[in-house]
Amino acid sequence: MQEGIAFTPQVAASTIAKALWLVPALPVVASGIIAILKQPRRKAASGLAMGSLAISLVLALVAFGHVLAGWAHGAAVRETVNFTWIRVGAANVELGWVLDPLAAVMLVMVTLVGLLIFIYSTGYMEHDENYTRFFCFLSLFAGAMLGVVIANSILLLFMCWELVGLTSYLLIGFWYQKPSAAAAAKKAFVTTRVGDIFFLLGIVWLFAQTGTLLFYDNGAGSLEALALGGLLVHHAAWGLTAAGAIGLLIFAGAAGKSGQLPLHVWLPDAMEGPTPVSALIHAATMVAAGVYLIARVYPLMQAGALAGGTTTALTVVTWVGAATAVFAALIAVGQDDIKRILAYSTVSQLGYMMAGLGVGGVAVGMFHLITHAFFKALLFMGAGSVIHGAHEEQDVRRMGGLKSAMPVTFATYAIGMLALCGVPIFFSGFWSKDGILEAAQHWTVARTPFYMLAFGALLTAFYMTRQMSYVFFGSWRGHGHAHESPRVMTTPLMILAFFAIALGAIGTPAWPWFQSFLNDQPAALELAKFGEAEFLGLLATSAVIVFLGLGLGWWLYGNKSPKAEEADALERVSPTLFGWLRDRLYVDELYGATVIAFYAWWAKVADWLDRRVWGGIVAGVALLFRGLAQLNRFLDTNVVDGSFDKGCEELATSGGLVARMQSGRAQIYLRLLAAAVVILAAILIWSSRG
Amino acid sequence: MGMASPLVGYLLVAALVFAIGLAGALTRRNAILVLIGIELMLNAANLNLIAFWRYGPHPETLTGMMFAIFSIAVAAAEAAVGLGLVISIYRHAKTTDLEQMNRMKG
Amino acid sequence: MGFAFYIVSALTIGGALAAVLLKNLVHCALALTLAFLGLALLFLQLDAQFAGFAQILVYIGAVAILVVFAILLTRGSELPKEGVFSKTWPAGLAIAAAVFAVLGWAVLRVAPWLPQETATPSVTVHQIGVELMGRYVLPLEIVAVLLTAALLGAVIVAMHEKEGAR
Repeated sequence: MQEGIAFTPQVAASTIAKALWLVPALPVVASGIIAILKQPRRKAASGLAMGSLAISLVLALVAFGHVLAGWAHGAAVRETVNFTWIRVGAANVELGWVLDPLAAVMLVMVTLVGLLIFIYSTGYMEHDENYTRFFCFLSLFAGAMLGVVIANSILLLFMCWELVGLTSYLLIGFWYQKPSAAAAAKKAFVTTRVGDIFFLLGIVWLFAQTGTLLFYDNGAGSLEALALGGLLVHHAAWGLTAAGAIGLLIFAGAAGKSGQLPLHVWLPDAMEGPTPVSALIHAATMVAAGVYLIARVYPLMQAGALAGGTTTALTVVTWVGAATAVFAALIAVGQDDIKRILAYSTVSQLGYMMAGLGVGGVAVGMFHLITHAFFKALLFMGAGSVIHGAHEEQDVRRMGGLKSAMPVTFATYAIGMLALCGVPIFFSGFWSKDGILEAAQHWTVARTPFYMLAFGALLTAFYMTRQMSYVFFGSWRGHGHAHESPRVMTTPLMILAFFAIALGAIGTPAWPWFQSFLNDQPAALELAKFGEAEFLGLLATSAVIVFLGLGLGWWLYGNKSPKAEEADALERVSPTLFGWLRDRLYVDELYGATVIAFYAWWAKVADWLDRRVWGGIVAGVALLFRGLAQLNRFLDTNVVDGSFDKGCEELATSGGLVARMQSGRAQIYLRLLAAAVVILAAILIWSSRG
Repeated sequence: MGMASPLVGYLLVAALVFAIGLAGALTRRNAILVLIGIELMLNAANLNLIAFWRYGPHPETLTGMMFAIFSIAVAAAEAAVGLGLVISIYRHAKTTDLEQMNRMKG
Repeated sequence: MGFAFYIVSALTIGGALAAVLLKNLVHCALALTLAFLGLALLFLQLDAQFAGFAQILVYIGAVAILVVFAILLTRGSELPKEGVFSKTWPAGLAIAAAVFAVLGWAVLRVAPWLPQETATPSVTVHQIGVELMGRYVLPLEIVAVLLTAALLGAVIVAMHEKEGAR
């Protein structure tokens, strides 16, 4: 079953809602101050970053408390603060933020996980010379992500979305001197860009159709009944309504950011960034932004669904999510880099979240998002700790036996791993994943996603066991001596481990607080739910799947520690299959052969066009002008000057000629005078003879 | 009487003297002779004037006579200046030969 | 035309011819004087006594003397080496002949209409004086200025230059 979000009409904004803009603004301001600080001021940088995020956390908790209080009293809270940014003719460009349960839980999660990772980073990046720059970018990222969370205007959301993409680029390519890191950053940016193009199209279409940028605006917002009704009337192509088409376009954007098939290729490469970056961005927050986006525009995705039925948009979301979950899990089986296994695991879990949104609704998907944020961040930070302790080694085949050398890391990592696998009862991952599986089981359209997701769960358990056995069990195969990480790194691990267990409590069927909170329903404690047949059946199924995966993994890998050069156990079983999995199922190669090859060819065409055609035209024009200039000069010298000079010369010559007539002798003049008089007189006399 | 007017004789004489004076002014080399020729021309003109006065209408208005008298006066002044000039040129050029005076040659 | 007219005319013309043809300049000047005399007699014949006597006084008494002085001051009495006539004297002669031809032609054409013998006018000096002071006072004054200017001019032109100015 799916539930949308139906709320009572909005109330006027409370104080905390009005002050909510501080939550993203403070980290951004901190980032700005760090940027202009005289380098290096390490303590100041990290202090500013952590301090601003800590205040944001406090504000987020206050907001959460406010929303919680409202929910507890039966009055759902959705408060918005909107303002007009620019007036363009008759249209207004509006921005604004919203405070509702969805935003509140996300705010708390982001600020809390973010703060823990900031603290962890002070230890991890201790020896890095660009410490200050790191915290500047990290702070900016936190601010941008928080902006995405609270945005009530789709334009503001997009602006913060792009800022998140930018800071992710800056952080992935943090060690920019490494060519692989620079390439990975570029890949991340370009791939998410592809998704963002569709997202932008969706935004423009939505704005054009509904006339407003705001989600919630006292009944006039684009996610409210009036606008949705209007969207349903219009029909786009292929039997889709406008609502469905816009939903799919927005999903394309989310697919880019959240690494769904086929835009997942950037996420594993993004592991080139420092581990805290992987933890924050690629586990907890940025990749979750896509899922959050779908949750935010869920009324749009769900518009037009009949009771018990679903829409085309949500069907697409489900299938894509399920496919991603299985695909990525398969690839994770064949990877040897500790972070890469986790990266593909993230992609797989994101697929789960999207599928959960599709089959079960906002609460189901969001619950898995929240729990995943905590245990994935834990796993990444644990991996960072392992890398730190193994002297920057990242290949799992060169690790081993670390459970005795790094006990705290081992314990916390184990908790995270069990949560990820969804080991029943105690771990939050079980409850959130179970919620998705349960919803998939009851999906009206098809059963296949359920089987895919179940298979994915099996694979998850399998590859995580493989990883654990390589890293922590067996014997040490690396160089040097492994040691435990400092307290500043292990303490956040412990805090996250606590949450990885504890969060399960808020989402059980007996007390579905999380789901009720998001859906504005009262939550009642019904322990009897634990005894229901349906629940027990699903519990059994999940347990079987998980333990099967764990067992299979342990059987193949267990305490054995094969040398790095030896073949992997699975490889020995099926070399070709393992080879495909290790080569990431050739998706990158496919892109290289098609899109990138075309792009390179097109770049060559454009260069030829630019140099030959446009360049030729410009050169031709230049030549023409030179020719004209030469002609002009020729005319000027010969015709104008020439004629003038000639004329003067002629005058001088003729003057000379005439002057020669002057003999200078008076008698000659006199003679001429007399002769003239004679002629004149003769004429006169002759003419008067009449 | 049917005879030609007596004026004709005087006019012809005047014309002849004028022509002679002109010929002298045009052909002789010496500057002073040019002046002599000019004096002859002026005199011939005076003769013309007087002749027309005598035989023309209204001789009692004395127009012709006055004209001739003024002409004589002016001619005298002109002869004085001209000869002064010739003397001055002679002092400078040491000659009165007109053929050699071509400083104004173009 | 009386016999006197022909004699006097011949004198005048002969004198004029001599004045332009003679080689010795002093002889030319004397011949000029003769021509002037002839003209004066012609004036007398034409009953213009005042003009005739003025002619004698001015021309013979002043101009001719002036010419002689000028000739003497410019060593005109010496015969020049290249001859007295210019190299292109035929042209000058031809032009003078043409002038005479035109003038003669004009006169002869008009001859039939020229007035015949008329009464002798009586001209007294008193009349001339009255005319001068009456009708011709302006020309009289201008001629006075002219003569003054000519006098001054001639003096300045012919004056010896100062020793240092050369």
